Amino acid sequence: MEKKFTASIAPTEEQLLYAKILQWGMLIGLLCLFITFAVYVLGIMDPYIPLDKISQYWGQSVHSYLVKAEIEDGWYWVSMLKYGDFLNFIGIAILAGITIICYLAIVPTLLKNGDTVYAVLALLEVIILTVAASGIISVGGH
Amino acid sequence: MAKKILILIAITKGGISMRRLFPAFLFTLFILFTFSTASFAAGGGVDLEAVPVGSHAWWFWPLILLVVTFIMGVVAVLAGVGGGVLFVPIISGFFPFHLDFVRGAGLLVALAGALAAGPGLLKLNLASLRLAIPLALIASTCAILGAMIGLALPTDVVQISLGATILGICILMITVKKSEIPDVPQPDKLASVLKIYGVYREESTGEKINWTVHRTPMGMGLFVVIGIMAGMFGLGAGWANVPVLNLLMGAPLKISVATSKFLLSITDTSAAWIYMNQGCVIPMMVVPSLVGIMLGSFVGVRVLKIAKPTFIRWMVIGILAFAGLKALSKGLGF
Repeated sequence: MEKKFTASIAPTEEQLLYAKILQWGMLIGLLCLFITFAVYVLGIMDPYIPLDKISQYWGQSVHSYLVKAEIEDGWYWVSMLKYGDFLNFIGIAILAGITIICYLAIVPTLLKNGDTVYAVLALLEVIILTVAASGIISVGGH
Repeated sequence: MAKKILILIAITKGGISMRRLFPAFLFTLFILFTFSTASFAAGGGVDLEAVPVGSHAWWFWPLILLVVTFIMGVVAVLAGVGGGVLFVPIISGFFPFHLDFVRGAGLLVALAGALAAGPGLLKLNLASLRLAIPLALIASTCAILGAMIGLALPTDVVQISLGATILGICILMITVKKSEIPDVPQPDKLASVLKIYGVYREESTGEKINWTVHRTPMGMGLFVVIGIMAGMFGLGAGWANVPVLNLLMGAPLKISVATSKFLLSITDTSAAWIYMNQGCVIPMMVVPSLVGIMLGSFVGVRVLKIAKPTFIRWMVIGILAFAGLKALSKGLGF
């Protein structure tokens, strides 16, 4: 098999940077999630939906759940962080957001190495993920 | 916690063979089936006021969820599948949770698994960022579309599609053979422009393996479908990523598996945000599932040394087929 390319066995500079940020973000996100869940179930902070009432909601469609529990969608959870159950969204948001930071972080390295195509692809990915995270995409309920 | 895990490992190694573990898993599913059927029968499964409240303590279902996802984590590692592909059909089939929340939790379970594995795979140069970036852009964009479709469609339509997809995955698992190092004589034009190639060391032989890919445009086209399905069902997509990367594009199996796992961290991120912003995340479901799957995976990696993967793989195919048929029957109203 003839190969017309050369590559190093070591990961590239941007790949290592991505891995490092991903690792820290993942650890912080998981730690945050476990701590806030402990705060929630141990009753250290009162939940918005009492623990003994949560089973009333999880069998409903999300539309029904939001209406009956009087919860708004999108980033509404940020205004509800005084409640133990909503506190858990901090860890979830970190886990779901860390990839955006990883992509942003590798753009300067890609540009420095003259890898303009991948820098553009990385920025496009940041835009896509940011749009998804922003909550501006709405979905019709069923 | 670490002590408990060690005890679990010791128990597993010392006394519980795989042939005992799986009947236990099936028995757990049977118990769940009985409980969930009783709950739905009593409550109708539709009207909030009619859902039985107080028939179980609040911690009952989260605890069962923790136990089942723990076993699922062990099984997923042994069978070489992602946790997400087991999570959605089994939990939606046997637990009293609505599919909307199961898909939200499934995506976060798959996402957490991919985030946990990603850094190590990137550092080992088994997951390739150059291969992942273009594919991830397509898959994550389409996952948003898939999530929107999945949340807009009536639940029974999604259940039917999910059942059909799960049965399709079973067929894929039975029929598709993998290739350790596929022959790629020349990279295609797009792969050359994007410089998608690399080198890794095969630990079993110590040999350096040069790799590249071909049929990149076709592979990208399939990632449109993969992204939509990942977002629509919250399944994760390793079951589809690996055959496309390995068999179609010609990436070595190790590179395919590792890059697929890493890709999930990006694809599932976009879909997870859509589900989260729509309110489909209930922490009481998500956190026990995450803990269960992660502890299960931890134990599974150790059990792998003494397990018989072929037998386990067939058991998983059987369980998935059963869950797929259950999803179909729920969707069709039987």
